[in-house]
Amino acid sequence: MPTVAPLDLDGHCVAVAWLSDIPHFALADGIVHRLDNGHKHVEAHDGLLCAVTDLDGRTLITGGEDGKVMSVASDGTAVQFAELGRKWISSVASGPQGAVAYASGRAAYVRFADGNTRQFDHPRSVEGLAFAPKGMRLGVARYNGATLHFPATEGKPTELEWAGAHTGITFSPNGEFLVTTMQENALHGWKLSDGRHMRMTGYPAKVKSISWSVKGRWLASSGAPAAIVWPFQGKDGPMGKAPLELGTRGDQMVTSVACHVTDDIAAIGYTDGMVLAARFADEKEVLLRRPGKGAITSMAWDREGRRLAFGTEAGDCGVIDISA
Amino acid sequence: MADTQTQIPVTVLTGHLGSGKTTLLNRILSEDHGKRYAVIVNEFGEIGIDNDLIVESDEEIYEMNNGCVCCTVRGDLVRVVEGLTRRPGRFDAIIVETTGLADPAPVAQTFFMDDDVRAKTRLDAVVALVDAKHLPLRLKDSKEAEDQIAFADVVLLNKTDLVSQEELTQVEAMIRAINPSARIHRTTRAGISLDEVLDRGAFDLKRALDNDPHFLDHDHPDHVCGPDCDHDHHHHHDHDGHDHHHHGELSAIHDVTVNSISLRAGEMDPKKFFPWIQKTTQMDGPNILRLKGIIAFKDDPERYVVQGVHMIIEGDHQRPWKDNEKHESRLVFIGRDLDAERLKRTFEACQAA
Repeated sequence: MPTVAPLDLDGHCVAVAWLSDIPHFALADGIVHRLDNGHKHVEAHDGLLCAVTDLDGRTLITGGEDGKVMSVASDGTAVQFAELGRKWISSVASGPQGAVAYASGRAAYVRFADGNTRQFDHPRSVEGLAFAPKGMRLGVARYNGATLHFPATEGKPTELEWAGAHTGITFSPNGEFLVTTMQENALHGWKLSDGRHMRMTGYPAKVKSISWSVKGRWLASSGAPAAIVWPFQGKDGPMGKAPLELGTRGDQMVTSVACHVTDDIAAIGYTDGMVLAARFADEKEVLLRRPGKGAITSMAWDREGRRLAFGTEAGDCGVIDISA
Repeated sequence: MADTQTQIPVTVLTGHLGSGKTTLLNRILSEDHGKRYAVIVNEFGEIGIDNDLIVESDEEIYEMNNGCVCCTVRGDLVRVVEGLTRRPGRFDAIIVETTGLADPAPVAQTFFMDDDVRAKTRLDAVVALVDAKHLPLRLKDSKEAEDQIAFADVVLLNKTDLVSQEELTQVEAMIRAINPSARIHRTTRAGISLDEVLDRGAFDLKRALDNDPHFLDHDHPDHVCGPDCDHDHHHHHDHDGHDHHHHGELSAIHDVTVNSISLRAGEMDPKKFFPWIQKTTQMDGPNILRLKGIIAFKDDPERYVVQGVHMIIEGDHQRPWKDNEKHESRLVFIGRDLDAERLKRTFEACQAA
């Protein structure tokens, strides 16, 4: 039976992360909590807006209302990477070779490991950021599409157009597909080799959480009373195929999804704070956590896929051990 | 709909630089009312606002990908409101300041069209500041000045000390021609009791029209304003002034392209009215800036109230009709290029047999 070790915090949990195998909980007030032989915390921001784990799983890159970009390590040290004054840092991303990207207003910035920074201005707001898994390529979600920059070179950016407001962005782990979340209730995808469009629609709500399964075979998403899981095994992605609908509930919406690190299983978090795990092959479900005080906002598996950290909008966070 | 108890009220302040907007904002922020505000501004720029929580946001108008040109939201507000409401303990209300060049429709629509924003906040009112001296010029050179007035629930006709009585009457007539249902306050140095600006409930179907007990009556020949009538007569008690509305005609006032159409009919058949209002807002949505109405349905003991912004329309039962109230239906459209004759004819055709 899964066991839940609760961590009751005060406030909205923006992101959870495992750093050097220690669970971290980044709250909107700017404090990053961790469970490392007891409850510890570090104040990273006056107001934290976004956070992402770096590719090594050692630090958490955060952006705040205080205009700062910070790097928080598992020993509680917080290093400032950038400061833009009073402007909010709306999005952060971590890339290969220690690169970090952050956005504020209509500008995206890439900070290389050596501390050098490049700025990329856009005609409209930068809504979301993601690095491609290989090479040095940054994807920007924007109004009416996405822009791909090559920050290490002077090459011209690639523009991918699709009408509507794109708010979030992710590359598939093999780098073949780019998928955006939208202001409307849909995902949009591009096959990067030929620019072919992939429309993923039919959601009753905005999609706020997406997660690639191991080797990018599936893309799980929130925004419906079930986790909507699109097949990406074929060369054309999910086109012409129906998605899986896992963990369907009648009266609650899925707010967060996190695919397991080794198996085709997704953790599914709901508006009422419940967490289920569902297996793609047979759609079998296991209850991981009963409903709590607020909607699940973020979940992350540890490196071995044994423990799942979760955060909620009410602050009732915790770690679920599925091996017990 | 989310519980209004937990929704944070949002006031939208529009107006040109120099209209007194910053003066009003600073009064709201500094007066001793025990409330804390989060302020969303277009640019920190030169405006001096003294507040702990000010957020700068780049105006981002996002058209929804549904083929409807008037279905727009402010993407920046979606993001900022989401961020602010994650730490709700810091403030009691939100003020959105927009420049004189901002289109007020996407601002208002954000609070109706985005489910997340709507769950956490509610639009309280749109307040427009107007510089009495410069309004005629503004109307000449910008469509936005007119839109802001057309959209407003409350208009502060400010800097009245800089114009003559005659000019003031003219400017007020212009505002009234654009928007017959807004409350107009004549002010100097934005001197207004803050409860005339804040917590108006102008978009709250249960409150909107009670605030304004006879919001459409002023164009009615039978209507006589009683001593408690505070509609828009604070400063001029010449009630003959009501006949300058020119309803249903293009305004006779130069440089005004917005007009309003007030409709009045008997009891309605819901089977006819709902398809009609749907079709009308679908068809004329881009031209309708605001609509408000009270509908009397046949055999329905309760008043039904409707309001809309472009194609977005909301309606609900408000309260039982009072014994002394006449069961009649009233609807006002504020917009451009509206076909008054067609609206009148088709509205009247919805009456119950």
